[in-house]
Amino acid sequence: MAISKFNYNSFNVTPVAGAALAFDADADGFSTATATSMVLIKTLTASSSATLSFVDGSSDVVLDNTYPVYMFKFINIHPATDGTAFSFQGNSSGGSGYNETITSSVFQAQHNESGSASSLSYVTSMDQANGTSFQQIGLSVGNDNDQSFVGSLFLFNPSSTTFVKHFSATTQEYYSSNYSKRYFTGGYFNTTSAIDEIQFKFASGNIDAGTIKLYGIKDS
Amino acid sequence: MAISKLNFNSINVTPSANAAIGFDSGADDLETGSGGGAMKFIKKLTASSSATLSFVDGASSVVLDSTYKEYMFIFNNIHPATNNANFTFNMSIDSGSNYNVEKTTTFFYAYQDEGGTATALQYRTDYDLTGTGFHILAAEIGNGNDECGSGYVHLFNPSSTTFVKHFISRASHYQGSDYMIDNNTAGYGNTTSAVDAVQFKMSSGNIDAGTITLYGIS
Repeated sequence: MAISKFNYNSFNVTPVAGAALAFDADADGFSTATATSMVLIKTLTASSSATLSFVDGSSDVVLDNTYPVYMFKFINIHPATDGTAFSFQGNSSGGSGYNETITSSVFQAQHNESGSASSLSYVTSMDQANGTSFQQIGLSVGNDNDQSFVGSLFLFNPSSTTFVKHFSATTQEYYSSNYSKRYFTGGYFNTTSAIDEIQFKFASGNIDAGTIKLYGIKDS
Repeated sequence: MAISKLNFNSINVTPSANAAIGFDSGADDLETGSGGGAMKFIKKLTASSSATLSFVDGASSVVLDSTYKEYMFIFNNIHPATNNANFTFNMSIDSGSNYNVEKTTTFFYAYQDEGGTATALQYRTDYDLTGTGFHILAAEIGNGNDECGSGYVHLFNPSSTTFVKHFISRASHYQGSDYMIDNNTAGYGNTTSAVDAVQFKMSSGNIDAGTITLYGIS
């Protein structure tokens, strides 16, 4: 239907801040629609990248009090080096270096391709007790052509100057020794300073390929 | 971009009921979209020494009915008035008159203390539930100034009159004795009546501060 067929009243839409413009239920007039609460902020694509960093205020990245919750999505992260850990760290506002204090826990479910090994277990080698290392969310990602790492990471209220900053990740990797491994990582940045930078990297070698997307989740 | 820069054909959009209108990938034409995305904000409640926070369908702009097949509650920086109180929730089938839906649930967590002396992955038989009580989402949240809990609950198809009402939750919190705890719980409300209200509260004392936001997932 061409726009010329709209009636005069079709355009009589009451504006609502932040709302999208949509067709109404009869498809012959306009109405407002609720905008999505999950907003894509930034996509970074690795290409033999040593690190991928999301820095508030840089390259269109928003990582401040604009959103109360942020979510990172990892899509087919492929390491240059076989069997290396994928990890992240934060940097507080005005701080130097990705070295915030983290307390975390990690557990995994695993099953190998031959079907000879499966388990659910805590992974002491991946957790931290007020440590400042990069937090591992994948242990040993394979670098065969078809191997990669995927998952998501929630970061809660990183701009708070009152509370610690909780995070929660669920990830899945093609382990270098041909396992399917799912990791559950929870923890907090043990700081009341705002976190406004997050960096991802492998423990060894580059991120050969893959995509990390940052979303903001509105609460209004 | 000013509308005057659009070509004649740019606004020749085929109407589609309830579809949103947006610019196309070239930013030089209009097209219909998916209505702004699949995750829709419904309601945010902010605790301020609150005994309970309740989402009741049809009250205070809350939608908790067949409009969405999945709902998601995100709780952020939940800070209890009482040290090591549990953060809990329950469901109602009578618009919030009673929060007492029969439930069967599981609860396990992983934890690590800040001193690095204690770690575990553990099922808690004392935190799971077969009954009508409030179910624990985060066990023992500290009330130190910087201590709190954050996480989410997915509630599936609460309006169904055929199936039980499944939920899945995960929460990270700062326990009062300086443990990081990763709570993982799931279960179902064992009712075929529609669930039309959900309430959150601490096991003891008020919710001193924090927010809970309800989203509908299209």
